[in-house]
Amino acid sequence: MTRHLILGMGVAGIAAAESIRATESGAEIVLVGDDPFGYYSRPGLAYYLTGEMVEKQLFPFTTADFQRLNVRYVKGRTTKIFREEHQIEVDGKNRVSYDRLLIAVGAQAVRLTIPGTDLEGVVKLDHMADARHIQQLARRTRRAVVVGGGITALELVEGLVAQRVKVTYLLRGDRYWNNVLDEHESRIVEKRLEEEGVELIHHAELTEVLGKRGRVDSIRLLDGRTIKCNLLAYAIGIQPRVELAKDAGLAVDKGILVDEHLQTNDPDVFAAGDVAQAYDPLTGRSIIDSLWGPAREQGRVAGLNMAGRKTAYLKSPPFNVTRLAGLTTTIIGAVGRGGRDDDLVGIARGDSETFRSLPDAISAQSGFDVNHLRLLVGEKTLLGALVMGDQTLSIPLQKMIAGKADISPIREKLMAHDVKIADVVVEFWKEWSRNFVVT
Amino acid sequence: MGFKNLFRHETTRHRALSTGQVVPDSARCVQCGICSFNCPIGIDVRRHAWTGEAVVNSRCLTCGECIARCPRGVLRFAHTDLFAEAAK
Ligand SMILES: Cc1cc2nc3c(=O)[nH]c(=O)nc-3n(C[C@H](O)[C@H](O)[C@H](O)COP(=O)(O)OP(=O)(O)OC[C@H]3O[C@@H](n4cnc5c(N)ncnc54)[C@H](O)[C@@H]3O)c2cc1C
Repeated sequence: MTRHLILGMGVAGIAAAESIRATESGAEIVLVGDDPFGYYSRPGLAYYLTGEMVEKQLFPFTTADFQRLNVRYVKGRTTKIFREEHQIEVDGKNRVSYDRLLIAVGAQAVRLTIPGTDLEGVVKLDHMADARHIQQLARRTRRAVVVGGGITALELVEGLVAQRVKVTYLLRGDRYWNNVLDEHESRIVEKRLEEEGVELIHHAELTEVLGKRGRVDSIRLLDGRTIKCNLLAYAIGIQPRVELAKDAGLAVDKGILVDEHLQTNDPDVFAAGDVAQAYDPLTGRSIIDSLWGPAREQGRVAGLNMAGRKTAYLKSPPFNVTRLAGLTTTIIGAVGRGGRDDDLVGIARGDSETFRSLPDAISAQSGFDVNHLRLLVGEKTLLGALVMGDQTLSIPLQKMIAGKADISPIREKLMAHDVKIADVVVEFWKEWSRNFVVT
Repeated sequence: MGFKNLFRHETTRHRALSTGQVVPDSARCVQCGICSFNCPIGIDVRRHAWTGEAVVNSRCLTCGECIARCPRGVLRFAHTDLFAEAAK
């Protein structure tokens, strides 16, 4: 009987266990996880902070589900991999052996490294324990400062506002998420935050956290300004947890390098999810996707390969849905302007590198404040789209982009001034979806 | 309370109040569970979003609460298209 050992009980690990079980009903599956809360929805933590969700509802799997999966769960931190012996070490003592190993230990928040970060009241949002901690602190916090770019920082802002904390949001650059959103979109988000009472400070460089009796009392900016606050929340990027793999001599770049079968340079060791940097046969590049959807799909495919069913992981066109200042936003394909985000030192959480690959495209857009649509128009096809607010068009656009719909007939119209591109897209979609089989 | 404007539901409910079923787009789902949490009769909608199956449940009121609450537009309401099924 083959023993499959899965390190990390996140979505990648769970998806792998499911596909191994479906393929090899008799296999032994062991999951090793160090999160005291087990498997829960990490993106859901943001909604827990806003009060839209209660903690006990964040767990997608019940005990019965785990029983059905027939997995053994070892609670503990994997501290070493012994590839020669086909064993791992848990909590520095117990050893567990494997035939096939999956490393799915995810990524973690990059730590802030300025003076004062050890004070009580300096927080990040990575795990359930962090979310709980923030909630507890927020109850006795009147003023908070949030620093960082991207989705997680904004979720921290929204969560704290929901807990009636007065928030000052620091941005290094001149606008929010400037390498993915365009100027107009950044302003939509910022304006909505301001309407909720958030104070935004641009070109702000945090240099120090100042404390009183062990707790945060204020922060200092490079220009000398200080801001009173009892809480500093940061989200400045994430880092794949590659140490285990590196120590074991596996090939590592930013993440653990795997081929299209999610296999590392050791044929019995696989990697999936936020920790993996997967080879994409279509572009020839190795890419990190720190998103829930790809983590699940990579886990699924890794599981199939571990169970002996050779399957390639084919990256779907980059795609993410998120909520920015209350607006559901779908990002499809390449929409960013490339370059890096000054507010992040690590990888952006909930990000795909591909969003920022600079496309050979011209941008067309329409819409007002709440319903906003931006298209990246290539020579013959749409290369990307950003849909903010009303999501009616996001599924058609997803299909048109994935299906490389020939948009020559409407290209000129899309580029024209004062045209409602949403209407043009709808008309085109009606015709296109009638003539093509859309799955 | 100021923040409620941020989470105003964008989906209009009347669209859901008709015959048909709730259909998930699994690729959008992050299993946060807001849908199940808000289902007035306790259907585990999140499970449907994980497996990709439509909510075919005679108890479903088609009230549209899960659709409206989902922060990521995972769920939509599809009319039960009997003719399309028959044509397959
Ligand atoms: C606040 C927040 C919001 C997010 N929002 C979105 C979003 O809107 N959309 C989106 O697509 N993605 C979002 N993400 C990202 C998404 O959660 C991740 O992409 C996804 O969880 C990755 O899954 P994974 O299984 O690879 O890793 P993880 O979920 O990180 O799971 C890895 C597991 O391994 C465990 N582990 C780590 N080291 C060890 C060890 N040595 N031994 C044993 N166990 C170990 C960890 O405790 C963890 O349980 C968000 C993340 C956070 C934190």
